[in-house]
Amino acid sequence: MSAAFDFDKDSANTNAGDGKTPAIASMSRRTWLKGVGAFTGLALTVGVNGLVSAADAAAPAKKYGGAGMPGGTVNDPLIFVAIGADGIVSIIAHRSEMGQGIRTSLPLVVADELDADWGRVRVVQANADESRYGNQNTDGSRSMRHFFTPMRQVGATARAMLVSAAATRWNVPAAEITTKNHEVLHAKSGRKLGYGELAVDAAKLQVPPAAQVQLKDPAQFRYIGKDVFNSVDFHDIVTGNTHYGIDTRLDGMLYAVIARPPVYGGKVASFDSADALKIPGVLRVIELKGSPPPAKFNPLGGIAVIARNTWAAIKGREALKITWDNGPHAGYDSTAFKTTLQEAARKPAKVVRNNGDTMAALAGAGKRIEAEYYIPHLAHATMEPPAATARTANGKCEVWACVQDPQATRDTVADRLGWKTDAVKVNVTLLGGGFGRKSKPDFAAEAALLSQAMDGAPVKVTWTREDDLRHDYFHTVSLEHLESTLDAKGKPLAWLHRTAAPTIASTFVAGAKGEQPGELGMGAINIPFVIPNIRIEAPEVEAHTRIGWFRSVYNIPHAFAVQSFVAELAAAAKRDHREFLLELIGPARQINPQEMSDTTNYGESPVLYPLDTGRMRAVVELATKEAGWGRKVAKGHGLGLAVAYSFMSYVAAVIEVVVADDGSVSIPRVDMAIDCGPQVTPDRIRSQVEGACIMGLSLALTGEITFKNGSAEQGNFHEYEVLRAFSAPRDLRVHMVPHKYDMPLGGVGEPGTPPIAPALCNAIFAATGKRIRNLPIRDQLSKKS
Amino acid sequence: MTSLNINGKQHDIDLPEDTPLLWTLRDHIGLTGTKFGCGMALCGACTVHLDGEPIRSCITPISAAAGKKVTTIEAMAEDKVGHAVQEAWIALGVPQCGYCQAGQIMSATALLKTTAKPTDKEIDDAMSGNICRCGTYTRIRAAIKQVADKGAAK
Repeated sequence: MSAAFDFDKDSANTNAGDGKTPAIASMSRRTWLKGVGAFTGLALTVGVNGLVSAADAAAPAKKYGGAGMPGGTVNDPLIFVAIGADGIVSIIAHRSEMGQGIRTSLPLVVADELDADWGRVRVVQANADESRYGNQNTDGSRSMRHFFTPMRQVGATARAMLVSAAATRWNVPAAEITTKNHEVLHAKSGRKLGYGELAVDAAKLQVPPAAQVQLKDPAQFRYIGKDVFNSVDFHDIVTGNTHYGIDTRLDGMLYAVIARPPVYGGKVASFDSADALKIPGVLRVIELKGSPPPAKFNPLGGIAVIARNTWAAIKGREALKITWDNGPHAGYDSTAFKTTLQEAARKPAKVVRNNGDTMAALAGAGKRIEAEYYIPHLAHATMEPPAATARTANGKCEVWACVQDPQATRDTVADRLGWKTDAVKVNVTLLGGGFGRKSKPDFAAEAALLSQAMDGAPVKVTWTREDDLRHDYFHTVSLEHLESTLDAKGKPLAWLHRTAAPTIASTFVAGAKGEQPGELGMGAINIPFVIPNIRIEAPEVEAHTRIGWFRSVYNIPHAFAVQSFVAELAAAAKRDHREFLLELIGPARQINPQEMSDTTNYGESPVLYPLDTGRMRAVVELATKEAGWGRKVAKGHGLGLAVAYSFMSYVAAVIEVVVADDGSVSIPRVDMAIDCGPQVTPDRIRSQVEGACIMGLSLALTGEITFKNGSAEQGNFHEYEVLRAFSAPRDLRVHMVPHKYDMPLGGVGEPGTPPIAPALCNAIFAATGKRIRNLPIRDQLSKKS
Repeated sequence: MTSLNINGKQHDIDLPEDTPLLWTLRDHIGLTGTKFGCGMALCGACTVHLDGEPIRSCITPISAAAGKKVTTIEAMAEDKVGHAVQEAWIALGVPQCGYCQAGQIMSATALLKTTAKPTDKEIDDAMSGNICRCGTYTRIRAAIKQVADKGAAK
């Protein structure tokens, strides 16, 4: 790049490493992790009002949103924008692309404010460097929520600098200068200059403070909110020219697969590599040290086979003879653990929200309803399994990996090597699916350690599907126990919810038990229902495997239980589900989450992001209207409804189901309504909501990982079944609540999933009268002879 | 030594004959557009055409591909039907992460070459071996229909 308006090229992937492929180029869950260490020593106290509060008087003033994340947000155009003398504008994408389209949509925001011609924009993927780019941890449905404004400022500031440079060159007031489609114009004199011609001058100017830079009036947006362009990656995707983590190729690269301990916390007792070394192409067998639980982001350890190609490594691994020391979790058994969860959920536990006197109300007069809901462990099963390549040589380590959290990857690799972070460079490739799995960079650290063991030869570690399903950071397993009592008019007098699930904190802090505040704030405690007595309890159940974030996280079990139970109450009250639900939500109002004992609020300000029951009502009304709620359906058909608030967005779903005589389920139609605030790339929002629906159906219908003798029993897609084309809804419609740019943005990637399982089960109840309380549904409806 | 014809080019491969075509393409020839997803012909990410038939390259040994024409995603832009499928994929915004889409496009192209106007059932049958974890199935169905409706598969 010849112009001075340039970012430091060394900090971005200008080359993905193969010399051929161009660079692809809630708190923060990681912050929360750091906080978890403190949590264990931090007293959680239940006050007289029942509110749980953390004794953090000494804590500094709380920062919210992007500012509260590690690295915060950065709006410096010299970091994010480079303009070549040829006019090509390069824009850094600093968040990871896993299908949500962020690699297109954030640069599009910059380009809009910059008045750049999108055809002359190139997107360059940032490598890991949060001190430079701000937070890069791509999770929590917050890339656009946190970076919409900073990226607008980046574009507007760069534009202001181009205008300023032109004003000096032409010796006219900047106020007389306008910009249009990659050009700076002076209407009075009819002069104009291309951005490339001004880049050198502009870059020499002081960067004006963001507060002094005028952002566009949203009415002037050319790209934002309009589906004028497709993803920058579509062409490469359909022609097979992409670079995912598994696609890295380097000169002299070796291929590795690893036999990992089948039980969490297990280790190698002894091994015999003689037969493995006889496999053609196998070069070496190396023991990779793990670390004792908690797993954190560290490799699990095991025996690695290094070979000339992936296939030889796989065959070599099959020939290994390993004796494992399985450790304390060798008895983990899903069936037995379900009983453990039930027992925990059936007795009083730690109170995490309390309004009124729920126990007295439940003991009083009225119609008593009680139900329990179960969701097993789930695996992410990204279509691209975890894969990473590293070259650890001459005191430096360079990594190419499909990671959602580049900085954590860098930190983990440095920590495992015992090196300084500066010695590690992490190139972020495209991700073939993420869903939270690739927030954990254990696989990148494996590659780094193996390259070191191979004297600096580049090593690619590929996880097979069996590795992925058996050694995932699994979605938690959960048992939700709910009780209510209805008065003579069918109004709920009380709501008791005991939510029993191992916590993700257990993966980071030894002995962490039961759901933590951030997990409870995902739809268990922050329910806006107009019920006089509400009591939520969180039993302290243990984890026996690696538990991790899975798209929508604890919203999945909470929404399944809460939204199923509301439908059960409506049925018991002989009321229309929709009317009953709207009554429970109550009139339109804004509730400070702290009033519901939710102190986390996804890391967002309770003032900026209250729970807005008007918006929740509106998505229920929109989805039901579009779906024709109340219409007569044929025999075997049923309509089911659910709503969920998560990641600052509101989603309602109406699913039409058909249960055939043999009990098989099909889905002719789904109507989803989303209110995620202003919409930057509407079609990508639509596609995310569609995908979230498919993932929700998948987990509801067939998703289940079971454990026996400490090990996951499912190894591939014949055992862990995911939704396929023939089961997908025939007609899937996404309806969006329109907004102007006068409110903060909500999340998009995750909020679509939580309402799906309950809407489906509510539809099945409407169709058949059978209530599904245990997922997956699988053959529960089949008529056995 | 196994001789393979891949996208019209001849390659002499010095690997054991039971080596799957998938890893030969990816690790030895450097055609990484064909993806690994399961290794058991369960997910379709590795789909390529063998003499025009869609096959799962992860379970196809190179010995079974010798003497036949292997076509991968990298050659689809030059294929009339394949190109129409690619265009429809972009026009309807089918891909999300994109990882499975090479396999999806190979399966869809093979379908449309034999069945220019597939029914819903034929689409389901042809495409249900290809898993998409992002959940792009409804758009894939729509894109296949768009190609068929335009008569681009003839």
